[in-house]
Amino acid sequence: MNWDLIIIAETAIRALITCALLQLAFAMMTRWERRVIAKMQWRLGPNRAGPEGLLQPFADGLKLLFKEQLIPDRARPFLFLVAPCVSLVVSLTSFSVIPVQLGNFPFPVLTPEQGGEHARYLFQIADLNVGVLFLLGITSLSVYGIVLGGWASGNKYSLLGGIRASAQMISYELSLGLALLSPLLMVGSLSFREIALFQSGTAWLFLAQPLACVVFIIAGLAETNRAPFDLPEAEQELGAGFHTEYSGMRFSIFFMAEYIAMMTVSSVLVTVFFGGPIILPFVPHNLFPMAESFLWFALKILICMFCFIWIRATFPRFRYDQLMSIGWRVLLPLGMLNMAITAVGVALRFPWWGYTVAIGGTVALLYIGGKLSRRGEDQH
Amino acid sequence: MDKVIDDLIALGKGLSITFKNYLEKPVTKQYPEEKRKVPNRTRGRHVLHRYEDDLERCVGCLLCQGTCPAGAIYIEAEENTPDNQVSKGERYARVFDLDLLRCIYCGHCEMACPTNAITLENNTALAGFSRDSLLMHKEDLLEPTGSATLGTTEYWDPKPPDQVKHKVPAQTGQFDGSSTSAAAVGRGDLKLHQKPLNPKVVESNDE
Repeated sequence: MNWDLIIIAETAIRALITCALLQLAFAMMTRWERRVIAKMQWRLGPNRAGPEGLLQPFADGLKLLFKEQLIPDRARPFLFLVAPCVSLVVSLTSFSVIPVQLGNFPFPVLTPEQGGEHARYLFQIADLNVGVLFLLGITSLSVYGIVLGGWASGNKYSLLGGIRASAQMISYELSLGLALLSPLLMVGSLSFREIALFQSGTAWLFLAQPLACVVFIIAGLAETNRAPFDLPEAEQELGAGFHTEYSGMRFSIFFMAEYIAMMTVSSVLVTVFFGGPIILPFVPHNLFPMAESFLWFALKILICMFCFIWIRATFPRFRYDQLMSIGWRVLLPLGMLNMAITAVGVALRFPWWGYTVAIGGTVALLYIGGKLSRRGEDQH
Repeated sequence: MDKVIDDLIALGKGLSITFKNYLEKPVTKQYPEEKRKVPNRTRGRHVLHRYEDDLERCVGCLLCQGTCPAGAIYIEAEENTPDNQVSKGERYARVFDLDLLRCIYCGHCEMACPTNAITLENNTALAGFSRDSLLMHKEDLLEPTGSATLGTTEYWDPKPPDQVKHKVPAQTGQFDGSSTSAAAVGRGDLKLHQKPLNPKVVESNDE
């Protein structure tokens, strides 16, 4: 019997299921986001289509499906059509390395002897040993979709949106990578599964690496073009930016890509800093049923997404120079500082709270030093 | 450096405000099921009124047509005959067309009407699928027989604010020539449930 073929088939089926679930999650996310933002503005949000507006995304999807898909006169048709697909494929692919579940799939298809070990988990498509690297590489491709879409539209506002997207994503990818590096140094592995399991029975990494966590959240928001970093699609300035010229299903594919990228960033945040599918900090994960651990993961992602929506409902958009200044002059130095301290900590074999104390102490020292030097300036 | 901390506190405040709003009850009304009460004097769609004995109040005097700033009203008046007594005056409106698309809902017709025949009622749900459906004819505007009402006049009569007092002697029923032309004709037997107010005499400032 050729087990390889079965493994390929099994992985393909799992990939299909994951894609379908992600699309469903995207649909539900759009409705949920609209409801939450509405409530934060004392409104109700969509509640007409189906009970509590649950069918709203399907109504929207149907509407978009039947809309005319315009290709502007000055657009470059091929790239114009390819751009949304690039975005979507990239965001779907990047989700494949996330460990959503700890235990085995309740009905194991193949035993480890049959070569099924790497494919035993229900929702994780591949447990790559270079998962973090893979994810960073794939997500940095997502800028192509946006830049190509903006450029191929043949519209100067779209082009401006695309240029903004490229500058923003390149700037923030550095901070994103640096923020991920410190936990990686502590764990000593690039596999998301091992990073998650490292946090079992001990502190979750956001306790050990608070600064990296904050930097990651900010850079992640910028990386997914979410408010307050949604400059590429600034409605007020650019008239929807890179997707001005898109209509119908292609427009919604861009949306889908954005939301799935958001989910990916949330799940990386949850996996690296908040224990992934582990239910509680300081408690070994195998005390709890592991087949259901994807529920804890989903719950954490929901909380994370709520925070993203909350942030979007609260903060106004950054100005472009502010965006660049925060990326290069604040987040990047902080990320480097954090990594340096972590490297020292790893060399000296700190316990987990050692990192917190060291990072907190350094930041406090910097703050006091800054104040003292500022006072010296005042006296002159 | 202190500015950074202040900024962070400000961010937290912003987040707390939106979260507080999230927990509060939305102010939205679910419109078709749940209607907001409109003020009594809301100027919505017009209604043509009748007397208790089902005769029309409108006497075809054309004052509303004349005063309408939008030219939304078109009236063709005809003499009442003993065989065909439609209103209580000399004439009645054979044709009374009102274009809701032209109407600006200013209420001048209501003010000009000497017999309180036309009022703007509280129906503000004015939408139609065609232009024709928004061209009101007399049958559409007239209230059904046997259901004579005064409409919003009830709310205007007791205590109209000074700036909207009737310049026309609709309440006294007497034409004194001070503020309008021969409009008191055909007043019929309109009973007022309140003592009529003294019509305000408009002093001219031209002297």
